Amino acid sequence: MSLLSQDLGDKIMAKAKGAVTSASMAFGELNLEARADQIVPLLAMLRDDAEYQFQQLVELCGVDYPQRPLRFDVVYLLLSLTKNVRIRVKVQTDEDTAVPSVASVYPNADWCEREAFDMYGIFFSGHPDLRRILTDYGFHGHPLRKDFPMSGYVEVRYDDSLKRVVYEPVKITEFRAFDFLSPWEGAQYALPGDEKAKG
Amino acid sequence: MADDMTQLPAVPETKVRKFNINFGPQHPAAHGVLRLVLELDGEVVERVDPHIGLLHRGTEKLMEARTYLQNTPYFDRLDYVAPMNQEHAFVMAIEKMLGLEVPKRAQLIRVLFCEIGRILSHLLNVTTQAMDVGALTPPLWGFEQREKLMVFYERACGARLHANYFRPGGVHQDLTEALIGDIDAWCIDFPNYMKDMDDLITGNRIFKQRNVDIGVVTRDEALAWGFSGVMVRGSGIAWDLRRNQPYECYDELEFDIPLGKNGDCYDRYLCRMEEMRQSVRIMRQCCAKLATTPGPVMTENNKVVPPRRAEMKRSMEALIHHFKLYTEGFHVPAGEVYTCVEAPKGEFGVYLVADGSNKPYRCKIRAPGFHHLQSMDWMNRGHMLADVSAILGSLDIVFGEVDR
Repeated sequence: MSLLSQDLGDKIMAKAKGAVTSASMAFGELNLEARADQIVPLLAMLRDDAEYQFQQLVELCGVDYPQRPLRFDVVYLLLSLTKNVRIRVKVQTDEDTAVPSVASVYPNADWCEREAFDMYGIFFSGHPDLRRILTDYGFHGHPLRKDFPMSGYVEVRYDDSLKRVVYEPVKITEFRAFDFLSPWEGAQYALPGDEKAKG
Repeated sequence: MADDMTQLPAVPETKVRKFNINFGPQHPAAHGVLRLVLELDGEVVERVDPHIGLLHRGTEKLMEARTYLQNTPYFDRLDYVAPMNQEHAFVMAIEKMLGLEVPKRAQLIRVLFCEIGRILSHLLNVTTQAMDVGALTPPLWGFEQREKLMVFYERACGARLHANYFRPGGVHQDLTEALIGDIDAWCIDFPNYMKDMDDLITGNRIFKQRNVDIGVVTRDEALAWGFSGVMVRGSGIAWDLRRNQPYECYDELEFDIPLGKNGDCYDRYLCRMEEMRQSVRIMRQCCAKLATTPGPVMTENNKVVPPRRAEMKRSMEALIHHFKLYTEGFHVPAGEVYTCVEAPKGEFGVYLVADGSNKPYRCKIRAPGFHHLQSMDWMNRGHMLADVSAILGSLDIVFGEVDR
């Protein structure tokens, strides 16, 4: 893993000519932020350039940050077997803007993008077959979004009188979430009776 | 027009109809709940559309609402034939973010049980692959050995399957002398079983007819489709994370990495058989080293690791630590890491995004089976219907990890 350093990030940034907006090291891993519209040529370059040779797309996934205007990150984890290096490329998008599909560069992106679409509702333009993959047939919503409740919206059971499986709204109204965060550190709210305290 | 009519063949042409078959969701060769929509031309497979997600439990969503310590048991339930290998990737991610050092003895125990997991998984796969192509004896013999290994799991952590044994900073409990001795004794005995298995399957004419030159994966295909583990090694690519990106104490242990030549189902089978022998070799080295490496099996940092029960009876501080760790849990600094281990099925990775609180902000589980399964389409094209189960068997799919 000797090749992995800030230098590598800077070199990729110079080579990609504006497609990569920043490169940083954290926890011994290299993160690149890229522009979403440039992702296909960027990944093709990273795969084909003799200096990098990132032959594999290890994983592609979404991350949701609802407070941001561009709420989704799409994360591409790349691996070069010959150089023995891993890097991470991230692009940002929102609910309506499609990210170009990289299935033409890495064929295994096909299912990964389907999963990101299923879980987050991120659209991928030029994807051969953008269907849901993990959730039920006829499922509504995108479960890994932060505003999707833990319990979901529907529950399913076998109805003996109808002789078929029926979908109903969930009966439990609240997921049991206990607040264990220390009031001295971490908790973001004022404790009852503590409103006047400054600090 | 009349001339054309005379040239028509005497036998009237029949219209060929493509045949659609639903394979699964309940099928003994589907290795779980897989629905394959097969499009057949006669008996030749033209297109495969795997429908997955029938075992989707929303692990990643559930994890976002639980503390780090509460999340480790979820990893046992992913690839449930090799539970501890999954936990390993997750605790390594936490350790990387917290900068925790794992004591030597804990590293040896982890490697020991990861290799047991590898044998558990390969035994299941190799024998059920034999069953998929028609042999019933191998699974019966293989499960006897698996049972013995599960007893070792049980003696180490109290559970046969859902171990929750690897914890951030080490392993939950130390192994007893007797257990290490018994594992070592099993390692001496196991090659005899492997020889029986070899006699039973490796040279078997039917097994060869069903697997040789079936489901060939070239080197380029293996790379392009994100394959890992036996799936790349079967195609002759020397890539093993234990060797190429060593973690724990794998760089101090001696073992060989078997490679296939042809990339077909039979080579992948041979790789798995040899990997089991190598795992036994690693386990014997671990047992020998454990005998000479006393010491703690957890880091002493009580901000992350709960104190021992005996300590809690006497020390107020230990009691407070225990209370805090089992209610609030420890906080992990903000940032993101990707850690991966060489699980039996390939590269199992955890991409963890932390926001500085006591719960993961996002935890993406990279399951090797997910990437392998999507190649069912092109691997099966042009093969016969009966080969579908042979190819599926050699992919080594477990739905716990594919569907998450």
